[in-house]
Amino acid sequence: MTRRDCEVLVLGAGPAGIAAACCAGESGRQVILTDENPACGGQIWRAQRGAMHTRADVQHAADLWLTRLGRCGASVLSGATAFDADAALHFVRFETDRGVEEIHYSALILATGARERLLPFPGWTRSGVYAAGGLQALVKGGFRIDGQRILVAGTGPLLLAAAGMLGAHGGEVLMILEQAGWRSLTRFGLHLAGFPDKLLQAATLMVQAGVVPYRPGWWVCEAGGNGPLEWVAITDGKRTVRVDCDMLALGYGLVPNSELARLMGCRTTGSSAAPGAHFVDVDARQKTSLDGVFACGEITGIGGAELSLAEGSVAGYAACGHWHEVDRVAPLRNCLARQVHAMDSAFALRDELRAAVTPDTLVCRCEDVPAAELAGFGSWREAKLGSRCGMGPCQGRTCGPAVEFVWGWSAESVRPPITPVRLGSMSDQP
Amino acid sequence: MLGDSALSGSGAAPACFDVVIAGAGIVGVACAWQLTRAGLRVAIADSAFVGGGATAAGMGHIVVLDDSDAQFRLTAWSRQLWRDLRPELPASAEYVECGTLWVASGGEEMAEASRKREYAASRGVAATLLDAGELAALEPHLRPGLAGALLVPHDGVVYAPAAARWMLAQATAHGATYRQGQRVESFGAGSARLSDGTRWSAAALVNAAGVDAPRLTPGLPVQSRKGHLAITDREPGFIAHQIVELGYSKSAHSSTADSVAFNLCPRPTGQILVGSSRQFGVTNAVVERPVLEAMLKRALAYMPDLGNLSAVRCWTGFRAATPDNLPLIGPHPSLPGVWIAAGHEGLGITTSLGTAHLLTALILGNSCAIPAHPYLPARLSTEVGRA
Amino acid sequence: MNKTVRIVLNGQEREVAAGSMLASALLTLGVRGFRRSVKGELRGPLCGMGVCQECRVTVDGRPHSKCCMIVCRDHMKVETE
Repeated sequence: MTRRDCEVLVLGAGPAGIAAACCAGESGRQVILTDENPACGGQIWRAQRGAMHTRADVQHAADLWLTRLGRCGASVLSGATAFDADAALHFVRFETDRGVEEIHYSALILATGARERLLPFPGWTRSGVYAAGGLQALVKGGFRIDGQRILVAGTGPLLLAAAGMLGAHGGEVLMILEQAGWRSLTRFGLHLAGFPDKLLQAATLMVQAGVVPYRPGWWVCEAGGNGPLEWVAITDGKRTVRVDCDMLALGYGLVPNSELARLMGCRTTGSSAAPGAHFVDVDARQKTSLDGVFACGEITGIGGAELSLAEGSVAGYAACGHWHEVDRVAPLRNCLARQVHAMDSAFALRDELRAAVTPDTLVCRCEDVPAAELAGFGSWREAKLGSRCGMGPCQGRTCGPAVEFVWGWSAESVRPPITPVRLGSMSDQP
Repeated sequence: MLGDSALSGSGAAPACFDVVIAGAGIVGVACAWQLTRAGLRVAIADSAFVGGGATAAGMGHIVVLDDSDAQFRLTAWSRQLWRDLRPELPASAEYVECGTLWVASGGEEMAEASRKREYAASRGVAATLLDAGELAALEPHLRPGLAGALLVPHDGVVYAPAAARWMLAQATAHGATYRQGQRVESFGAGSARLSDGTRWSAAALVNAAGVDAPRLTPGLPVQSRKGHLAITDREPGFIAHQIVELGYSKSAHSSTADSVAFNLCPRPTGQILVGSSRQFGVTNAVVERPVLEAMLKRALAYMPDLGNLSAVRCWTGFRAATPDNLPLIGPHPSLPGVWIAAGHEGLGITTSLGTAHLLTALILGNSCAIPAHPYLPARLSTEVGRA
Repeated sequence: MNKTVRIVLNGQEREVAAGSMLASALLTLGVRGFRRSVKGELRGPLCGMGVCQECRVTVDGRPHSKCCMIVCRDHMKVETE
């Protein structure tokens, strides 16, 4: 095991973490920025691989910040999986290709982002069914989707961004299904004009221009095919229609990756409107309930890249105690936060989505546990011990939010390792 | 499904049973099942759910241990009861007769292995000595240079939470009443009160609350002993036996010091449970890094290749330990109508069946298959008497 | 312009775009079954970001490797279902 020390440790190299690292680095602090991915950028600025093209405006923002990151003096540790941490002893442990690294910090900034919420239905385990952000990540990683017929479904503004991106990379986006009905969306539309995300604005224009059919009040109830995905059954609760397609990109909102924050003991808040989500509580300076530990970006509330940058800037300066700078950047964050959270209620999950879970539907993909085997239990832990649901290597990250939505059970406490690592990494002492 | 059948509010007359059991761990449900089979009216309650405490936290090793004659008799008999039960157990109980390999690291431990073999063989329990080469052939991932091992072929492993559910289902199918999520708050004078105010009256009140037993019966010499476990991802065929270091007993039965020991359990899923640790005086269930690290280091010292397996999850649990490492089974020495079935430490899964048979015989005044006196709570009456 | 690297997929040498992620490269090669689930279903990438564990394959002898987090390297040995 290697031990390192730094003044500010930033976890997660998406927009929030990059902004935090830049602001702390430019303040003269010795900064280490880590990410599990092989390169910086997070999901939104994920490096374009395999000679794919990208949108000029997004690339421009990414270039600006990545250049700034390169100059701020922060050292970047990529391919580092955080699996354990100790708030009292001020360290985080990472598994890397080179072994275990234990990084000690004076201040810690958590910017660990979010993952997609997925809801089960018959056939969702089929090859060809992807998380919407997941398919985007795979495409950015070099997956060629030219001419593939793609159906995008789920809820929230990110569906538009996904459709726009997949279309730009040669995919044929057949339609976008938004489970929320027109009535909810009208409220969303009122706020859309002020929504800061440029990607989203572009995709919205595409929808408005009628390039891709956008169907509010529709959702997927089955994914079929002889092996891989060949068709999808969609419904509005009255009619069910079959649509032939090659790929299904799904997303029912985002769930914060707050496992490390919870392991360390940061206070979090759940929300019945966001099943499975534990958002990290922060004050006006992005400080968590623990001294010296800050959080920014999606783990504090889903808000997109621009808000993440603003929160990251506040966290970066606050971690250095540069209150003048905090006061300078905080107003932008406050303004963006108001715009973003005004839309939160537009995309509440409809009850009928629960009905899509038939008794045979696999709920836990790691252990192949069908919904029928969850009958008769009273809690997540009881169900887990009785059915193995959530006992696999994803540690319930995929099925957990779905189980909370459908059965109302919250997940257990977080324990190390917060993600599977080598047993040798767990026993490696400094 | 498991459910309520004898509800009675605090104002209503108490529901009447022959036996009320506090605690639906594997010991409690095994007792409920045996007592029901014997024709008694049984009610059982648990503050959480069936098999959710130490039953779920442990490895599920069905093992014969020989630290004392009494321990040997209870474990050997209980193991036989498990083997007899195999045809009836549901698939979810995942009973596998994988055998135990007691690994000897040097000549001194090999001599101990040989002593254990003779002790077992003279009492009808099969056990085979393996030399270094035979051991390496059976478990090629063990480090080279070990002296050999004692193979106890009829030991096994079981998925205890599922076995406990099944036993409870047998009991309720035969008329037992079960209340989930209701703690037995108080106990005595022929009556038990649950958290929601329900009163159950019964001639016999059985305290099977594990580490919680002293709350219900103050003065019971039961101490909680924390353990850690880790589980790997699926690696079918990586190991084939429960593999334990011969020094395990030293760890398990030191009644004061904290300790770790090398102990691996093969799950039918291909996963491997890695243990074990023992700590007294800790009530916080949090995974403690120094203990976990010491435990895993010990495991890797015996099987370095384990280091490359993926660790999926770690957890802790609490064993109910007694001063002489034997469970408390039988009548409370000074509280009439109160019976104890607790204090099984790390052997509750194995000895649950023997405990249930003993307790049933004692309550009914029948003769027991093995002598009951080594397990009677009265043996520790200086401590128990302080109630 | 497109540089390539050669990986060994289930014993066969295959050419993939240099710098591409292994999960993406395998999908582009037409691989759809990355791992076999507990009950025998073929599974492949889902989340694309290291969370869901569905894309696990054996990489250079190490099983359970999340190939959505790995960049293709020359001579990388990959085993799928």
